[in-house]
Amino acid sequence: MEIEVLEGVFDANEIIARENRALLDENGTFMVNLMASPGAGKTSFIMRTLEGVKGSLKSAVIEGDIAGKVDSEKIAATGVAAIQINTGGSCHLEAKQVNHALIRLDLEGVDLVIVENVGNLVCPAEFKLGEDLKVMILSVAEGHDKPLKYPLMFSESDVLIVNKIDLIPHTDFDMEALEDTVLKMNSRIVIFKMSCRTGEGVDAWISWLSKRVKSA
Amino acid sequence: MHELSVTESMLGVVLRHAEANKATEVTAINMVLGDMSTVMEDSVRFYFEIIGKGTIAEGAKLNFKRVKLIARCPVCGKEFEVVEYNFRCPDCEGVESEIISGREFQVESIEIN
Repeated sequence: MEIEVLEGVFDANEIIARENRALLDENGTFMVNLMASPGAGKTSFIMRTLEGVKGSLKSAVIEGDIAGKVDSEKIAATGVAAIQINTGGSCHLEAKQVNHALIRLDLEGVDLVIVENVGNLVCPAEFKLGEDLKVMILSVAEGHDKPLKYPLMFSESDVLIVNKIDLIPHTDFDMEALEDTVLKMNSRIVIFKMSCRTGEGVDAWISWLSKRVKSA
Repeated sequence: MHELSVTESMLGVVLRHAEANKATEVTAINMVLGDMSTVMEDSVRFYFEIIGKGTIAEGAKLNFKRVKLIARCPVCGKEFEVVEYNFRCPDCEGVESEIISGREFQVESIEIN
């Protein structure tokens, strides 16, 4: 006997993502889901962002890693609340794990939560967390040809941060080709070019983000 | 490791529907998988063989129906297959195309005894 099911495999995750959304809305909190490959500069980018919004936005960070708490310790040292989620081998964060972390964080008065997803350009793109913004980082050293290799990530993201632009003179990185390919896949994506090492280009992102958080 | 948690979710959906229909055995699982999904058929088969063991779905046949990546241009209404992830409308060059199909991973039906 054939039974009709018609149920998406990601539906269960999406239900919890909506619960996260409601919890964030209740507290007037804006959430960023930050995704990138290992080594693209996620933690440096978070540190720059926290520094940039210091004094104007109260922030907190949720760190997703397969193991360890190196990143959350780095964040906590700046005085910002940080919660570590160890996925224990899983390559992405799911809405449920973020839900537990949001409950542990006291969201009252928190304007901005940045979730650092597990370093990976594939799986995190499939799992909604209830975020306001999906932000991805591509670093210059990874090459401008990545969008066609990881199309879902580039087409799902609202913001693309091109990091490590101070390395461009030493590489064959073609910014125009990157922008052309990405915009064909995703015309609404907003692109910021920066170097989290030198600080170049960070200000434009900070002022754009601050406006988004305040108008949300 | 992606497909392990995805396969667990899929099995969860299957067992829930099977039990609700008082099944003693699931003989086939019919799924729809979009071309833009990151899920790999082979990995799902691999993990299913392991985690399906001991459940009423053990040994079920996994059927995947592939769905092409299709977008629709809201400007001129054209529906087109997206090639090489170029979402620009081939007719009017509109850039706001919306995905109609190709993202899904759905359990469409199950065959039970």
